[in-house]
Amino acid sequence: MKLWEFTGHELLEKLAHQEITQEEILCALDKRREEVEPKVKAFVRIEKAPAPLDSPGPGAGFPGLPIAIKDNICIKNRPATCASRILEGFKPPYDATVIQKLKNAGFSIYGQTNMDEFAFGSSCENSCYFPTRNPWNLECVPGGSSGGSAAAVACGEAIWALGSDTGGSIRQPASFCGVVGLKPTYGRVSRYGLIAFASSLDQIGPFTRDIEDCSVLLKVIAGHDPKDSTSANLPVPDFLLSLGKDIKGIKIAVPKEYFSLSENMALEGITQEVNQAIGEAIEQLKKLGAKVQEVSLPHTEYAVSVYYILATAEASSNLARFDGVQYGLRAGAGSAEGADNLIQMYKRTRQAGFGSEAKRRIMLGTYVLSHGYYEAYYLRALKVRALIANDFANVFKDFDCIITPTSPTPAFKLGEKIQNPLAMYLSDIYTISINLAGLPALSIPCGFSSGGLPIGLQIIARSFDEEMLFRVAHCYEAHTSWHKMRPKI
Amino acid sequence: MLSKNDVARVAHLARIDLTEDELKLFARQLESIVQFIDKLKELDVSSIRPASHTPALKNVLRPDTIKDSLSKEAVLENAPKSLKGHFLVPKVIE
Repeated sequence: MKLWEFTGHELLEKLAHQEITQEEILCALDKRREEVEPKVKAFVRIEKAPAPLDSPGPGAGFPGLPIAIKDNICIKNRPATCASRILEGFKPPYDATVIQKLKNAGFSIYGQTNMDEFAFGSSCENSCYFPTRNPWNLECVPGGSSGGSAAAVACGEAIWALGSDTGGSIRQPASFCGVVGLKPTYGRVSRYGLIAFASSLDQIGPFTRDIEDCSVLLKVIAGHDPKDSTSANLPVPDFLLSLGKDIKGIKIAVPKEYFSLSENMALEGITQEVNQAIGEAIEQLKKLGAKVQEVSLPHTEYAVSVYYILATAEASSNLARFDGVQYGLRAGAGSAEGADNLIQMYKRTRQAGFGSEAKRRIMLGTYVLSHGYYEAYYLRALKVRALIANDFANVFKDFDCIITPTSPTPAFKLGEKIQNPLAMYLSDIYTISINLAGLPALSIPCGFSSGGLPIGLQIIARSFDEEMLFRVAHCYEAHTSWHKMRPKI
Repeated sequence: MLSKNDVARVAHLARIDLTEDELKLFARQLESIVQFIDKLKELDVSSIRPASHTPALKNVLRPDTIKDSLSKEAVLENAPKSLKGHFLVPKVIE
């Protein structure tokens, strides 16, 4: 086994026993990257020689272990572009809280990964740089928006990575690339320094190759932060204690609507292969002692509509700050100042700086917030959001977790949905309700399609009960070997 | 039905110059998205309270104390144009 094939916790153990050195790990990753990066294109930027460490504190538990970061998380004095031209030249003058925490724990920040512009997309094709490709099949997308982070971890260019999830942007690419991806409970991880897409939905979370790494990484990045007023002032449990437990008597709900959406949603629907893989996973969990029962989440069919109203409304407001004044691109012709007047400068800067999907979402968000439409769309969507959150609350009165597919299909082909925004939006159908309800959820590999593409199982728990996610997922992982499969690339 | 003029009006509100082609494309695409989200009108929500956030957060307050923040230089370093410690923009007042 080569060094890049090991998980983070395995490498830590080897470091602790002095079987390997930090330099050997970096060297192995560099070599692996040279082999596969030209094909996969997961990174938008690589730190040439990741500084071994500024000064690891005495308690630094992760001496120099490299980690890849999605390009919408601020790292002091390094570019952060959100894969958008409008942030050209921007270098954040501060570290995001998660970056500060990683540095304090001894991690070295390795490189920044590709994404859909401002996290707008489900395929990593809406990047101003280039599309990233799926390591399992280079004709297919890695998912999105955190496609670069997912692909890098899947093919061994990174041991682990951070992404962000607003409507599935960690879980869907994790599912497409056959790795573990976690969206923590809203408020579990500070959003300070995450360039905002939709502030009431965004969360930062880890990509890893197994559940132990996922729990280790969440422990590092989680916790209350006075700089993010929505971060929860709750203790962070020792998630490792949730591992290795059995799941006898754990009550698991399976929402029937998730398997019959096609009639209502003008959607191709769930593929037979995904259906079968999820069915087998459910059987496995039953064998391990879980009690599985079908339930109803009656407002499921409204989730995509609610999401695309609220997320675009928030985005149109958050992205108003990109106007050519404080940072990034300024475009325009005419006078030495770039444009004849301020409004013209704004408009030209935003025309030149934003890609097509960003413009479309800003337009939709502006429309639903505009005079005469606010009540019909935005306010109504907030109310249906309450109904959706309530559906989950009802199920969690009687159940410990909910199980669904992460995505209705395995990875689709590059170009397949890029011309049809609505079809792209519908591919997030199983993940967006969870953000609307603020719940924690993870995706774990649970099988493969006949074409050799990974399939992901989504596990959802009560707010701030990531321990339940880890307990169930670790038990499943211990009795299956999907997470050990690696793409041949 | 979303007309090209509707799209142009929204583009002005959003401060984006759109090309003629973009106006046409967005009129068509936004129309189909709006039709889709109109699905919410099926529901009676008259008695529901809106949920802008899911966590049960009350106001988050802190003492109003003076602390160090980023230096002016560090902030202006990212500005496309600056002059004597200020952001420089095209003339606003005639």
